[in-house]
Amino acid sequence: MSSVAMEQQQKIHPHKFTLWVAIGSLVMMFAGLTSAYIVKRNQANWQTFDLPVLFWYSTGVIVLSSVTIFLATRAFRERAMLKYRRLLAATLVLGVLFIALQALGFQQLWAKGITLQKNVSFSFLYVIVGLHAAHVLGGVIALLLLFAKAFSSKKRIYNLVPIELAGTYWHFVDVLWIYLLIFLMMIR
Amino acid sequence: MSVATLHHADVHGAHDTHHEHHHHETFITKYVFSQDHKMIAKQFLITGIIWAFIGGLFSVLFRLQLGYPESTFPWLEDIFGHWAAGGKLKPEFYYALVTMHGTILVFFVLTAGLSGTFANFLIPLQVGARDMASPMLNMLSYWFFFLASIIMFCSLFVQTGPASGGWTIYPPLSALGDASSGSKIGMDLWLVSMAMFIVSSLLGGLNYISTILNMRTKGMSMTRMPLTVWALFFTAVLGVLSFPVLLSGAILLLFDRNLGTSFYLSDIVVAGKILPNEGGSAILFQHLFWFLGHPEVYIILLPAMGMSSEIISVNSRKPIFGYMAMVGSMFAIAILAFLVWAHHMFVTGLNPFLGSVFVLLTLLIAVPSAIKVFNWLTTLWKGSIRFTPGMLFAIGFVSLFISGGLTGIFLGNSALDVHLHDTYFVVAHFHIVMGVASFFGMFAGVYHWFPKMFGRYLNNTMAYIHFWVTIVGAYLIFWPMHYEGLAGMPRRYFDYSNWESFKQFASLNQFISFVAMIVFAVQLLFVFNFFYSIFKGRKVTSLNPWGSNTLEWTTPLRPGHGNWPGEIPEVHRGPYDYGKDGNEFIPQTTPVGEHESHH
Repeated sequence: MSSVAMEQQQKIHPHKFTLWVAIGSLVMMFAGLTSAYIVKRNQANWQTFDLPVLFWYSTGVIVLSSVTIFLATRAFRERAMLKYRRLLAATLVLGVLFIALQALGFQQLWAKGITLQKNVSFSFLYVIVGLHAAHVLGGVIALLLLFAKAFSSKKRIYNLVPIELAGTYWHFVDVLWIYLLIFLMMIR
Repeated sequence: MSVATLHHADVHGAHDTHHEHHHHETFITKYVFSQDHKMIAKQFLITGIIWAFIGGLFSVLFRLQLGYPESTFPWLEDIFGHWAAGGKLKPEFYYALVTMHGTILVFFVLTAGLSGTFANFLIPLQVGARDMASPMLNMLSYWFFFLASIIMFCSLFVQTGPASGGWTIYPPLSALGDASSGSKIGMDLWLVSMAMFIVSSLLGGLNYISTILNMRTKGMSMTRMPLTVWALFFTAVLGVLSFPVLLSGAILLLFDRNLGTSFYLSDIVVAGKILPNEGGSAILFQHLFWFLGHPEVYIILLPAMGMSSEIISVNSRKPIFGYMAMVGSMFAIAILAFLVWAHHMFVTGLNPFLGSVFVLLTLLIAVPSAIKVFNWLTTLWKGSIRFTPGMLFAIGFVSLFISGGLTGIFLGNSALDVHLHDTYFVVAHFHIVMGVASFFGMFAGVYHWFPKMFGRYLNNTMAYIHFWVTIVGAYLIFWPMHYEGLAGMPRRYFDYSNWESFKQFASLNQFISFVAMIVFAVQLLFVFNFFYSIFKGRKVTSLNPWGSNTLEWTTPLRPGHGNWPGEIPEVHRGPYDYGKDGNEFIPQTTPVGEHESHH
């Protein structure tokens, strides 16, 4: 192992650290929304709702995508670039599939009469789940950039940082979704 | 481990741009899309000065109305057209001016202009880093601020006028387009601009935190950091944790405005029409807003505290009294900042028991604040004080912080607040403690670090006029407002001449307006001094003009991108070794035991 890598092991890379702080910041935003939800729930005129079955499938998809990006990072570390590209592509597809399933889930809700404007509880459901999907979309864009780089770069620079950053963020949106799912199931 | 490896590890965040800099540096990459933290700091500062001019001008305009409600000024109609028909401001326009004055000064000047300037400029220079953790994000931070500025500036010119519901944008006024002319497109532009602004603050804050925690030079332990850096660190933490909550509140407001949801709306009749919105709560917005809004006060104040601590110690030629107490009290303030937001809401029907909890937590802030004031005074005590303009403004900051802080103890008491809420007492309190005090911190910083920023000095004569007129003027403007507030004069009214009980204040209001104009004129003198001195000021000839210990004065007179031409200096001691063992000052780079040779 080179001495630079040793140095980096001792001291976290500033970009990685920055991402962790950013995650703290995102947590605060969702904490703000979910605590507003709790406050509002204890007031009059709150209707409960059932989550669509599709949200369970999407949960499976995003958990799986966490596994694939974990394996992709490991493949990158072992310089197994073909495997890395395949796993990255799989993650990308799963990410898009997750967003599609969320959208379809919204459609099911809408068809059942759980519309955006009908009740505050429904509005919250759409805003919270929608904002989370927007953050997954941000992750998908980051993966697209990595994917383009994996194919186009003429010089082979094995820089682990970008894929690790993407991986950390991806695990974060995964965990965030599981939190939101449990939250929306327990507190309705 | 070799020195070269260490060197590499120190710069790994910035080295890629450092390379680029050797290849080509055009006008665009040097002055416009610069990734050099020092240039970005100057961009923030100059944008902040432009905004301060606009925001200050607005206050002069609405003070004209408050001071001279019976008079007309035909030139106002020439400039503002139908908004000032007959030479008198329309009430809608008055509210727009007040709202934009608050928004501009709180966010664009005292948040972006203050933190953006000094966090960018001082953090890498004082901790010994070549640049920020991510120079790219840092550049984006400025350009998001620029975008926010452009959108907010455009909102001033839309037909229905800019946002006019107060800088706190409480719904339902801000949520319903039909509620007032300022609630139409102006409000949408306000929200979009603020979203951009929040992104800018977050990108900046992330960078400041990462840089401070990860990019310090060898020997720069946390407890050897200058108090400026500590203050900017706590500021960034507050911003990163509280701005997202405002963003979530603003998103819900955007939904209410444009997509027919009812997060904040319930049972509302506008113009005889019953709205379908049901089940919302306007109070919910206030909770979300003030969860940011209160930490925001400290986001504005902490950098001023940090810079004043530094400047007072340097110019008293004495170590700061109680370095760890200063850090600890800032930490306590940062924690308490998150636990007191409901003291803005004592009269919203808050549960009185809950109110008493918030009273206790609010009054607790007096403890760390008093520690800080004590330490500033004891640092000055028996010092060899040099009254440089920077030092005067730093001492002025302490004075204003005491005066404004004491009235905070009145307002933090929920029983008294029932009487004082929404009166001029509140206006006086927060203008002194957060507005003017932070401005003084900012001026102190500009006067003190101008030589490092531009390689020249500001003109001292103009600086002294600027200081004395501003401090006397600030007290003359805001001191009388306390009495008006105690007498029950409410804030946010367009015209007080219709109330018998407030007629007694007509001449006092006129006096306040008169002084406000003089103080504004003196700020123009500062702006002139600033731009004149960039090009024509007396040149700095010594590397360390103030005899300061901190690392920024070990850089060349005009440091390039990367700050130090050779190795980054190593740090061997704390930043406040002034007047020790017969030495006037011992720079942080002096190894322990070697300072005797500095006689």
